[in-house]
Amino acid sequence: MNVQTLIKTSEYHDSVKLMLVARELSRLAGVRDAAVVMGTEANKSLLEQSGLLSAQAQAATPNDLVLVVSAQDQEVAQAALKTAEALLARRAEPASGGLDFRPRTLRSAVKAQPEANVAVISVTGRFAADEARHALSEGLHVLLFSDNVSLEDEISLKRMAHEKGLLLMGPGAGTAILNGVALGFANRLPRGPVGVVSAAGTGLQEVTTLLARQGVGLSQGIGTGGRDLREDVGGIMMLDGLKALQEDPETRVILLVSKPPAASVTTRILEQASTSKKPTVVCFLGGKVPTAPGILPARTLQEAALLAATALTGETGKVQEILDRQMQDLQARSQPLAEAMRGGRTRLRGLFSGGTLAYEAQVIWRDLLAEPVFSNAPLDAVHQMSDSTRSQGHTIVDLGEEEFTVGRPHPMIDQDLRTRRILQEAQDSEVAVLVLDLVLGHGAHPDPAGELSEAIRKAREAGIAVVASVTGTEQDPQALARQTRILRDAGVEVCESNAAAAQLAGLVVARLEQVVVAKGR
Amino acid sequence: MAIKDLFGRPLTVVNVGLEGFAGAVRDQGVAVVDLDWKPPAAGVRPLYRTASGLDVEEANQEVIRRIKAARPVLVGMGIARDVIPGMHEHKILHSGPPVTWERMCGPQRGAVMGALIYEGLAQDGREAEILARSGEIEFAPCHHHHCVGPMAGVVSPRMPVFIIENKAFGNHAYCTLNEGLGKVLRYGAMGEEVYERLRWMEAELYPVLDRALAAIPEGIDLKAMIAQALHMGDECHNRNRAGTSLFLRAIGPALARTSQDNEALARVIEFIDRNDHFFLNLSMPAGKASVEPAEGVAGSSIVTVMARNGTDFGIRLASMPERWFTAPSGKVEGLYFPSFSERDANPDIGDSTITETAGYGGFAMAAAPAITQFVGGSPSMAVETTLEMYEITASEHEGFTIPVLNFRGTPLGIDVRKVRQAGILPKINTGIAHREPGVGMVGAGILRAPEACFIEAFQALAAL
Repeated sequence: MNVQTLIKTSEYHDSVKLMLVARELSRLAGVRDAAVVMGTEANKSLLEQSGLLSAQAQAATPNDLVLVVSAQDQEVAQAALKTAEALLARRAEPASGGLDFRPRTLRSAVKAQPEANVAVISVTGRFAADEARHALSEGLHVLLFSDNVSLEDEISLKRMAHEKGLLLMGPGAGTAILNGVALGFANRLPRGPVGVVSAAGTGLQEVTTLLARQGVGLSQGIGTGGRDLREDVGGIMMLDGLKALQEDPETRVILLVSKPPAASVTTRILEQASTSKKPTVVCFLGGKVPTAPGILPARTLQEAALLAATALTGETGKVQEILDRQMQDLQARSQPLAEAMRGGRTRLRGLFSGGTLAYEAQVIWRDLLAEPVFSNAPLDAVHQMSDSTRSQGHTIVDLGEEEFTVGRPHPMIDQDLRTRRILQEAQDSEVAVLVLDLVLGHGAHPDPAGELSEAIRKAREAGIAVVASVTGTEQDPQALARQTRILRDAGVEVCESNAAAAQLAGLVVARLEQVVVAKGR
Repeated sequence: MAIKDLFGRPLTVVNVGLEGFAGAVRDQGVAVVDLDWKPPAAGVRPLYRTASGLDVEEANQEVIRRIKAARPVLVGMGIARDVIPGMHEHKILHSGPPVTWERMCGPQRGAVMGALIYEGLAQDGREAEILARSGEIEFAPCHHHHCVGPMAGVVSPRMPVFIIENKAFGNHAYCTLNEGLGKVLRYGAMGEEVYERLRWMEAELYPVLDRALAAIPEGIDLKAMIAQALHMGDECHNRNRAGTSLFLRAIGPALARTSQDNEALARVIEFIDRNDHFFLNLSMPAGKASVEPAEGVAGSSIVTVMARNGTDFGIRLASMPERWFTAPSGKVEGLYFPSFSERDANPDIGDSTITETAGYGGFAMAAAPAITQFVGGSPSMAVETTLEMYEITASEHEGFTIPVLNFRGTPLGIDVRKVRQAGILPKINTGIAHREPGVGMVGAGILRAPEACFIEAFQALAAL
């Protein structure tokens, strides 16, 4: 094998373009592996793991573009680097009208299109706050997809937005659905009477798609970014979003999703929620929702969606019954899976692309499992993984965490990292159950199930049970039914919701834990 | 505004970042502007206040207000030594930033030597060179004397000049008369043909025009003329066909009324009619007269001078009107006359970039698709040039509008901060002079201003 490196100093391309180039390179004959990434520390450590970190690559700065090819010989590797340069130089198709001019700055975009009202910002974190500030000063609502934005910037941006009566969704807000238009990662949804404000991007996707599957549409879906409900940010956007939905005539039921907020923020949100006659479902994942008039507390995203749907007709009493029946079904499904498991296989491994979905799974496992679940984004800091690249005991990895996304595409777009990790877990003889989330919709990978299925088969062949849920709708570009079928064909236990998938996996592993305990006695 | 006001309204999205997000929104039938976003140049932070606390934005608003308020009017003519402040018998003005004879480029040397011969100070090229080198002749930039000169930009004492008054501020600007294309002094050409034309311009063209102008007491409004020319396919830098025609129309009756010799008048009209660039020497000083009152606004990041001498490219900011920021003049990508090529080309030269500085010229290229026949490129490139220049300018000139852009104002006021942040350099279209003295014009083309002088100016501004 021969590894060749090319460093392009101070050259910037968006991470999706880099991913596409890397993918084309990997497909070239004689090329074993290829990486086209910005020279961040995180990317360098990924290169190191793949055996692609040459001395040249090691010396690259975050402003440098690093191209590394590992191939059968030097000639092939060099040719691949040439191909990469040509691919990078290829210009995007002109938009329309024969003029391929695209404005370079927000200011001139607004000049060119004065009716612009929303900016979707997904540039590298260190530039994102400035762009968001420009957008707000131009009077645009902002979906700030970028992460790696400082807390100080977030607070000042949100105060600015609040004063101007604008939305500042983010940072790290992956999803918003405004007036039926999906922004960022979002699903094709029917319009309807439920309005959602969510501090959790995939949480928003999960509840809205579960609603859609029950035939209930969405009025507005507002993301706030994960830190909005912290004490220091004060829930500025959740409060502003909530008020806007309360005043919105199309919204009849409101649904709020977040990890447990700071106590003071919880109080303010519930106070605000109580000012409206509209039923308000509150899902503070893993935390308790204090009772307040008009508030419907939900423990899981699935329960939240069920409560919102039934609140429309005043039949929220049915929800517990539905959940109990589901639990019985899952119990029944878990038994043969546990019984078929070979001895020594007792560990649970979650490889997730959706942060909230990973969080919801941990909340469920906390109640089901005897042993702790380690994570790079744990419920409790004591269960922080010592090395995110190596599982320990029960483990769930959120591959969408910043440590994995600096300078490379999110795992909802690029399944490469997750594929490699599945193959890594397949080598581990302790693993019993692998849990995956597949998130469909605009912006997401065109065929995540297809992309993952080969690695999944390898895990299945190794004797690992694979459980998954698909967050999406039939109208999504990837089509829910097709993705589900591909997964089932690969031997995956597909569940109706992320909560159900976590429960099924948890039930299987809980049975295995009991076997171990029984044997120990 | 309130958040709920967005509900129910059609969305129009600006996408800043991942192209895929723009595509996903477009696929839903929603209008998207997808920015061609690039990170700011390394180490360039937004600059809102200078080191001593001057508010840059506020200063720029004042600069823009002054430039927009300008009313440049052709009020008369005169002889350089008599009317240009600080001009004297042994002084020669040139284009661009200050330069010594030793560093002066070929065509500018050629023009200086030609001017010395025309002035009668030297008999031939050899004598002229000895004199120019002797130190007896004082060289100074046109811009130091309220003047602008195309290409070599040479102004010698006995040359007739146009006098432009900015009626809003009372300041004046000066420029020689355009000789036409081909073997001409401003391209560094020498020879009897060149001197003879200059002599005729002094002896016949000047008095005829001067008498006519004297008969128009209100003068000729150049701002209105530039605005009209922009609607007629000129950008008033490298295309002046419409402006020249408009000028002849405006001065025509006065020319007829003040004519003392109809044959002389006919020669004057023929000369102007055969020179599509005649109006350049009016659009340039109109720009100079318009921009100069903005000089001295403390803290402003706007460029008030952008000029080249064929050796150096120099800019000055409104906040630092005495200070030149220079970098080597660039190479022009262009179209060449038969038998000439890039090898013959002198680097970028001339004060004509005053037009871009004042909000027209290359920045208004969208108004002049036919320009591309002269400087190369395509009509859509002309539109893209204007659109791109909006990225680095502080404002839009409502007085100069572009029909094809739905009568949008031209990009006005090069903001050195935006040049740095956007990483976009001003685009210039220009004629190309032969690098050797005495030859003349060899082509025309396009280039970008050099980055180094903008970097230096930005740093100096931040430190103010």
